Amino acid sequence: MSDASYSSYSQTPEAGVRDFFALLKPRVMSLVILTAAVALLVAPVDVHPIVGFAAVFWIAVGAGASGALNMWWDADIDGQMARTEGRPIPVGKVKPQEALGFGLFLSILSVMMLSLVANPLSGAILAFTIFFYVVVYSMWLKRSTPQNIVIGGAAGAFPPLIGWAVATGGISLEAVLMFALIFMWTPPHFWALALFRNEDYKRVGIPMLPVIAGDRATRVQIFIYTALLAPVAIALSFSSVGGILTLIVAAALNLRFLVGAWRILQRNEAQAQADKHKVEVRVFLESIGYLFAHFIAMGLDYGLREFGWAPAWPVLF
Amino acid sequence: MAINAPKHEIYTRRKSRNLAVMGCCIGMAVMVFAVTIVKVQNGGMVEGFDHTYRASVLPITEPVE
Repeated sequence: MSDASYSSYSQTPEAGVRDFFALLKPRVMSLVILTAAVALLVAPVDVHPIVGFAAVFWIAVGAGASGALNMWWDADIDGQMARTEGRPIPVGKVKPQEALGFGLFLSILSVMMLSLVANPLSGAILAFTIFFYVVVYSMWLKRSTPQNIVIGGAAGAFPPLIGWAVATGGISLEAVLMFALIFMWTPPHFWALALFRNEDYKRVGIPMLPVIAGDRATRVQIFIYTALLAPVAIALSFSSVGGILTLIVAAALNLRFLVGAWRILQRNEAQAQADKHKVEVRVFLESIGYLFAHFIAMGLDYGLREFGWAPAWPVLF
Repeated sequence: MAINAPKHEIYTRRKSRNLAVMGCCIGMAVMVFAVTIVKVQNGGMVEGFDHTYRASVLPITEPVE
């Protein structure tokens, strides 16, 4: 953590339960829970519901722990950015040392418990995910390269791999495709955000792509990654975990995402500032629903197969 | 300490935190218990390792008529 002082750091007496819960980044956690739970559900090996619930719980705790450690490390810059200035450490509700202790305790506990509840492989991938998010992304890449979220995005893509490993004890192509879906989705999602939060990142010296390469290059990169994302989503729908609903969602949402990315590409900074980044904000918000919808569709396709209502489906991958 | 001594204000201030910690501890105990039951029911052969015969390492013998 750098020595920069926290701009709005003023200690209030006691941190409440809500403050510690906020350290776990509950919104990010909800995506982790969904992706891990769906991967566990659609995997070809049945898991007892209690074991499945416990495994997803510990995966979520591990993800939350990495969020707390990220907030501890980034406390100095969080207080200077509009999006993060209300976090518990910058507002003085939680002391940095408390967040560090909380994050480390939950990291060790979650890895240990997942290894016991499920298997050592899933525990090892969870441990690597926490390490990757905290050390590789937060401590190293985030402040040193504009490719920070391209590589760092892998951290957010690991939960379905963990869910799959819980069920099967291994990794296979379907799990890798789910990983690839999140991995390829992350750059256009965050760069759309970075376009309208550019001033924040500039002020705190985070080398996001718009800060280093400029507005135009970022718009081009958003379009390229969105175009590369579409085939991954379509391939997933033709794997053994996909189906008709996954294909419908993939076709509709990738088309919409591509149209959004194309509109972003057609605009320039002046146009975006004139309408307060209307298109960029909309693409960013819709991209959140994109991942939720894909994984929910996979879960529904699994339900169709279980009840014998699924149509004959070509499994190509 | 007298039984009816006034409580330190820290107990009031930290009540919600303490209740949350208690809830987490109870929840974890219930979860570990439930998972243990499932694993024992679904698990393989349960053997003692101290001063007992282990069925899995005994020589296979044919039943005597």
